[in-house]
Amino acid sequence: MKTIYFDNNATTKVAEEVLEEMKPYFCELYGNPSSMHTFGGQIGAKIRNAREQIAALLGCEPSEIIFTAGGTESDNTAIMGTLAAAPNKRKIITTRVEHPAVLVVCRELENRGYTVVELGVDKQGRLNLAELENQIDDDDTALVTIMYANNETGVVFPIQEIAEIVTGKGVVFHTDAVQPIGKIPLNLSKSNIDLLSLSGHKLHAPKGVGALYVKKGTRLSPFMLGGHQEGERRAGTENVPGIIGLGKACELAAKNIEEENQRVKSLRDKLETALLEKCPGSRLNGDKENRLPNTSNISFEYIEGEAILLMLDRYGICASSGSACTSGSLEPSHVLRAMGVPFTAAHGSIRFSLSRYNTEEEVDYTIEKMPEIVNKLRKLSPFVAK
Amino acid sequence: MWEYTEKLKEHFFNPRNVGEIKNPDGVGEVGSLACGDALKLTFKLDENGKICDAKFKTFGCASAIATSSVLTEMIKGLTIDEAARITNKDIADYLGGLPEQKMHCSVMGREALEAAIENYRTGGRKKRELEGKVVCTCFGVTEKEIERVITENDLTTVEQVTNYCKAGGGCGGCKGEIEKIIEKIQGDKAKAVAASVPPKAGKLTNIKKIQLIQQTINEQIRPALRAHGGNIELIDVEANKVIVAFRGMCAQCRLAEYTMKDVVEAKLREFVSDELFVEEDRDSTQQPHNHRG
Repeated sequence: MKTIYFDNNATTKVAEEVLEEMKPYFCELYGNPSSMHTFGGQIGAKIRNAREQIAALLGCEPSEIIFTAGGTESDNTAIMGTLAAAPNKRKIITTRVEHPAVLVVCRELENRGYTVVELGVDKQGRLNLAELENQIDDDDTALVTIMYANNETGVVFPIQEIAEIVTGKGVVFHTDAVQPIGKIPLNLSKSNIDLLSLSGHKLHAPKGVGALYVKKGTRLSPFMLGGHQEGERRAGTENVPGIIGLGKACELAAKNIEEENQRVKSLRDKLETALLEKCPGSRLNGDKENRLPNTSNISFEYIEGEAILLMLDRYGICASSGSACTSGSLEPSHVLRAMGVPFTAAHGSIRFSLSRYNTEEEVDYTIEKMPEIVNKLRKLSPFVAK
Repeated sequence: MWEYTEKLKEHFFNPRNVGEIKNPDGVGEVGSLACGDALKLTFKLDENGKICDAKFKTFGCASAIATSSVLTEMIKGLTIDEAARITNKDIADYLGGLPEQKMHCSVMGREALEAAIENYRTGGRKKRELEGKVVCTCFGVTEKEIERVITENDLTTVEQVTNYCKAGGGCGGCKGEIEKIIEKIQGDKAKAVAASVPPKAGKLTNIKKIQLIQQTINEQIRPALRAHGGNIELIDVEANKVIVAFRGMCAQCRLAEYTMKDVVEAKLREFVSDELFVEEDRDSTQQPHNHRG
């Protein structure tokens, strides 16, 4: 059975070109860039090249990039590093819809005595910027951390505007940009963003590598200690193959960003329009206008997400759900609850997230199978009248 | 991804006895849309008093559907008394086992069966009603039900109780209470497991006291407030006076002074020291989130 992969916000396929680029760094060029010998030392130049490739995609200086082990480490570093550099400030502002890599860190800090403000969102998942502005009191707020685009709904926040508001008050601004990289064009040299997290495996690089952009002049204490690597900003021997792969993936992303916004977006739109039309009792979650081009989050009312996923799985279709049962928790997605999506719909939400490797046939096949699955489960549901 | 048995998957993809019996002898309904799963069970008896037909309708995940399906198969041919003896463990065993986090599906099946039998016997209570003290307000689980899953399944940790009946799986504010119920039933067996409840110490240093107050707020108080859109902040500790500020919904609540303060004080006295008393920091509440310092 062929796999139809519509779960690209969870992770992506490593691009063949990326893998090719990485291969020599396992058994041939396996040296440690910190070594004194040429064999290891030559790797330093390769890492420099990867740093330049990433800087080119983000529109920043190579020296503003720190390599990490992934998005979660980048987020942890940005938050903990900023607070450690400003020990007199005790307040953090974030949103209720952040990824756990940010939200759980903030809640832990609250337990340690920090004041944490979680901004709410409206029914479309949008922020109220006036509320953000009111919450910043420049003398005590150490950090504002707000995601660029939501991993579950794809809703994109007006990050440039937010960065302007926050930094205008003299407060450090971090954004988790794990989802939009390679999908939304960026020019950080013309932006007020101080810190930005990205993850390799969301843009066709391997798992276990990521980066943190740190604008020149931003005060940040190191999070990982025990080595001089990354200019003393992140200790630990470099994940050389991963870094090389991330560099290549960024180069490819720059080339493919146009396709993401045209072909991938049109496939997403076709899938979404057809499913909403062919499945009665379905609704779109999130702001339709300001959204990532690859993501669609649809709720199928009165049926449950895990059951839908298992039925899709039988056809080889991979998606994900915000239902309670899929996560092992007992409550549905915190993002959908923050948006006030009713329980009737939150438990039956399905996220389809596409990539440039998806085809129109895959979309058509899913459009054909989905109504059948929805009908089958509705017949079992005690909440649906005959 | 869950590791489901082949038998479970088979019942999920090909559920037996779907639907509702017209003019049934017994009807049982449990769960709700908010909880994420719900089951309506109907059965009919033959002239010998044995269950001759049973049907179900279920909203829920694969294991909830499969559990309902096997339940209808299991009870067919049984007398009411025989059916009444089925436990959640019997249902899970029939499926060849359930993942730990899905055990509550088997409990839901047993509860629906109980409600249907009660409906047959007394003619009332199609819907399961809450009896006695509610411990978990998020999922509406009573002390009685928690005691029952602990006894029937020999549970020794809060996590297990959550897996079996959902109690404690929402805001988490009742975990301390669940732990006490486990201790009451299991005695020493429960003590062998690390407790999240901070031990109430005799003589406290100032540092230790502040740590315990913060820990109690973090684990016993904040989760429940957060679930209702509120929050609490520890502002300062002066000898035995604990100064806190209420945030969000709690700050605007006119009852805050009478209820929240008392709740917080009771918890702090229970977990830290009997001598503590709570004072609300008005200045900082009027200017939300403006932390002093």
